[in-house]
Amino acid sequence: MTSNKSKELLLEMKNIHIDGFSDERWHKILKGVDLTLHRGEILGLIGESGAGKSTMGKAAMGYTQPGCKIIKGEINFNGIDLAKLNEFEKRKIWGNKISYVAQSAAASFNPAHRLMDQTISAANRLKINPTDVLKKDAVQLYESLQLPDAENIGDRYPHQVSGGQLQRIMTAMAMSPRPELIIFDEPTTALDVTTQVEVLSAMRSIVDKFNTAAIYITHDLAVVAQMADRIKVLRYGEEVEEAETRDMLSNPKEKYTKSLWSVRSLIKPEETNEDYMLSIKNIDAAYGSSKVLHNVSIDIPKGKTVAIVGESGSGKSTTARVITGLLPQLKGEIIFDGKKLSPKLEQRSKEELRRIQIIFQMPDTAMNPRQTVDEIIGRPIEFYQGIKGKEREAKVIELLKMIELDETFLDRLPSELSGGQKQRICIARALAANPDLIICDEVTSALDQIVQEGILKLLQKLQKELGVTYIFITHDIATVKAISDEIVVMYQGEVVEQGLKSKILNPPYPDYTELLLSSVPEMDPDWLTNLLNKRSS
Amino acid sequence: MLRLSLGLVTVFAFSVIIFSTFSFLPGDFATEILGQSATKSAVKALRAELGLDKPPVTRYFDWLGNVFQGDFGSSFSGRSKVQGDQGDRSREVVGLIVPRLKNTLFLTGVAAMLAIPLSLILGISAALFRNSYYDRSATGVSLVTVSSPEFFTAYIFILLLATLFPVFPTISNVDEASTLAERFYRTALPVFTLTLITMGHMMRMTRSAIINILSSEYIEMAKLSGASRYEVIVKHALPNAWAPISQVIAINLAYMLIGSVVVEYVFNYQGIGRLMVGSVYNRDLPVVQACALIFASTYVILNLIADLIGIISNPRLLYPK
Repeated sequence: MTSNKSKELLLEMKNIHIDGFSDERWHKILKGVDLTLHRGEILGLIGESGAGKSTMGKAAMGYTQPGCKIIKGEINFNGIDLAKLNEFEKRKIWGNKISYVAQSAAASFNPAHRLMDQTISAANRLKINPTDVLKKDAVQLYESLQLPDAENIGDRYPHQVSGGQLQRIMTAMAMSPRPELIIFDEPTTALDVTTQVEVLSAMRSIVDKFNTAAIYITHDLAVVAQMADRIKVLRYGEEVEEAETRDMLSNPKEKYTKSLWSVRSLIKPEETNEDYMLSIKNIDAAYGSSKVLHNVSIDIPKGKTVAIVGESGSGKSTTARVITGLLPQLKGEIIFDGKKLSPKLEQRSKEELRRIQIIFQMPDTAMNPRQTVDEIIGRPIEFYQGIKGKEREAKVIELLKMIELDETFLDRLPSELSGGQKQRICIARALAANPDLIICDEVTSALDQIVQEGILKLLQKLQKELGVTYIFITHDIATVKAISDEIVVMYQGEVVEQGLKSKILNPPYPDYTELLLSSVPEMDPDWLTNLLNKRSS
Repeated sequence: MLRLSLGLVTVFAFSVIIFSTFSFLPGDFATEILGQSATKSAVKALRAELGLDKPPVTRYFDWLGNVFQGDFGSSFSGRSKVQGDQGDRSREVVGLIVPRLKNTLFLTGVAAMLAIPLSLILGISAALFRNSYYDRSATGVSLVTVSSPEFFTAYIFILLLATLFPVFPTISNVDEASTLAERFYRTALPVFTLTLITMGHMMRMTRSAIINILSSEYIEMAKLSGASRYEVIVKHALPNAWAPISQVIAINLAYMLIGSVVVEYVFNYQGIGRLMVGSVYNRDLPVVQACALIFASTYVILNLIADLIGIISNPRLLYPK
């Protein structure tokens, strides 16, 4: 965030064109993007999925994924054109002058080796320092990244530490050979907000400490605002705009850039209802011998939206599984519309099943890839309502209209739909049963910001028209603000707080709610600094 | 522990199946040996002597009880037919099986020592040079060898290496007096046959296990940290491939043992497979039961070893959270 960065050019990418091969033809992924980076500077690269930001980040190393190729362009790193080097020459730069930090730390560490061996493997290859010197240095890196038990954590295997810790160890691994440039490819996207804060601050301070240049790739504007000196926005493989971070936030020029944080401006007035659609009382539940829900009680008012928030492992999805009967509870009862529901799915009547529907996080895996849209939506209509033939088809088209699609989609397969369209089809499938309660399990977290906004608006519209009740499970506070009437905060299998949105989101907070809310990144470049100051004082 | 007891159950179930299959086969040892012209009383006498007149369930539990005491019984054949004949010429099953089992283990052992390293090297190198001409020809040829039946491969070897170019003998008869060199020389063709029929499968599975792992994110990470191609395969891919590879090896070693039944027959090798075929022919139940028990337990033991390797090579299972 300091302005006295040197003006010495480190990386200059000119007119980069990259093609990718998929569906048996070549697509253009990047269409002539330029990029410059000075020593010690951090550039934020943002855009939605498919914008080409990750491809651009990897291209900065001269690397393309299998199935992609650089068509045109120069990648001048320290005066060497990486695009012209062969594999062998590039390998001397990778893990030496340029390091890479991947999105999913859990998948990016080799499960078969200890963390320390992986941390120093790149530096070890250079054969400059002996192994024990490297190990000592790695321990120091672990310490400055605030990892617990820095002395011994390297002896563990990847599965033995948490996701946030792994991400910090990967940063140590990238820093170990003291590179001139680090590519951070969505390093905090897979983490909870509370963990994200720790990882962000650790990464920022270490990059500052060694004055390393970095390219920070993300789709989250608020996150990049904390990290970057400059921000470049990409869309469809082209540059939208580039500006200093503060300018970009206070005064985005392009309409597209403004739309990137539109979800955050979506707000719904809260309402409540004394009449409960669903009440769960003193529920305990376990997977095998490990207990995950402790005495959970939640009331869901009729025709309203209750958001269940919490980080991963807090038991929010398990609560949904108990309500649907997929995981019978050990203790406690579920009252649905005044009647007790049996814990087991098999013992519930068809009518009870019809009235509770669920929409999942990943529309890709929630639909049979070999069924057409017509079959996917038509099946619950036939199954629950016994409607067949022409009438059924009319009903399917009516549902498609409701989700703002039309009959041209009838014969399409899920693979022929975009992410947002797939999620809309999943919503239509839930609606096809004509339910009273829909459980939305992280339905927007796999989607891009703009698509998220569309889905949330659609869900609100449907609630107004049909009076359906939602349970909205999410870890994203912006989504909560946008859709809920009431909020339930969960932590480690227990309900921390429950109440109207205005009550939960305004002080005074219980400790955990405070931590959760304060960890949500804000569109203010000083947010992280202020937060850390406040927490340390 | 659970695996071990499951293995025991498998072996037990297998012996029941073999035993009951025999009860359904037409004829028994007595009718087979005495021929069609035998008088009913002669058949009855022989049955009584062998204990075949008892109900099958009783016979099975008698046999099982003896096995637990280490007694596999006596072979039906070779015993005295006439009462009062001098001496008992019946042979203990154990004494019959052990030398032949040694022969078979020698044959399959040599074949395994040839096939396992060869297929690992071929598989890994094919994965390393994926889609090269080398890879394509190796996978192509292996498909042919996997698809050819054992006896066909065996006859091709006889044609090539014994008839057209008489390098090796077609009959692999060895005895106690044969030296090690002689054994190697005589068993060359059956060893080649067994190697070839199992190598294709092992090589292909090794290749696909490695390729599968090569598409994972940690491999891309390793590449981006400057690891060479060799390092990526040997240090990053192979340690994660041991579990699937050891499974395939276990299956193929077992297959080799079963395949030896046919191969031993073709090359007239005095092994356990040949003994079993002959005994089935004679309805010589004690011998068949013992052989089947050996095959089944080898299968179970090999799979247990493979599971063990899978556990040892996986830190997730070795070092819980």
